[in-house]
Amino acid sequence: MVITPIHIEGKDKGKVMLYALSTCGHCRRTRELLNELGVSYDYLYVDQLSREEMDTVLREVEKFNPRGSFPTIVINGSHTIIGAREDEIREALA
Amino acid sequence: MTGSEIIPDVERRYQELNRDAERGGYHLNPDLSMTKGLIEGLLINKERYGYEACPCRLAFGTIEDDRDVICPCDYRDPDLSEFGACYCGLYLTGEKIADGTGAPAIPERRPSRSERKAKQMPGSGQEKTLPYPVWRCKVCGYLAARDAPPEVCPICKAKKDRFEIFIS
Repeated sequence: MVITPIHIEGKDKGKVMLYALSTCGHCRRTRELLNELGVSYDYLYVDQLSREEMDTVLREVEKFNPRGSFPTIVINGSHTIIGAREDEIREALA
Repeated sequence: MTGSEIIPDVERRYQELNRDAERGGYHLNPDLSMTKGLIEGLLINKERYGYEACPCRLAFGTIEDDRDVICPCDYRDPDLSEFGACYCGLYLTGEKIADGTGAPAIPERRPSRSERKAKQMPGSGQEKTLPYPVWRCKVCGYLAARDAPPEVCPICKAKKDRFEIFIS
């Protein structure tokens, strides 16, 4: 199953993937930060997916973050930042 | 339902939650834009699933899977004690409010999906040694020695199904 995330254009700082929930304040703050940094990124609101899509994406998230919590940012498929950790996100995308 | 249909209810729910919190010795996050955003999330989840699942956790839509993250979640009080805030930032301690740093990003305390599946239900073959079993509210720790748990926790307002047998 292919689930296409929503793409936001910006400066290329590598492939930035944000897994988030539409109802979560920390996730909202993280999106605002990425927008402020002006980087190119993709995001998915996992709570808005169908049950089947949700299972697929959650398995993907759990590879990087076994707790399956949100927000989870994966940079270039390897560097994972869990939670709205502003300093860490700024540093990784400087 | 879209978020815009929910907004008139946010203020009412905020007032209720704030009143219950203050009565029970808890405090909502004074950052109203964040708090009301989270309460809107609670109302969206109520509409989606029938209960106010934590807005910062992925609900699965069945009460058996989501019970521990229905707000106030089973993890609120341990997180308040350790970090001064609950996981989503809806509740802060008085001390955290005073220091003005707002809701921190804290690690998820809820066990992973695989850990939750592996967790065994407690055994039921215990001998009864007390005149009444003691029920413990998993949300706030309130204990009640009586035949059955109260319908609603008098301290934190969690429903009956959030109680567990503590001593029987």
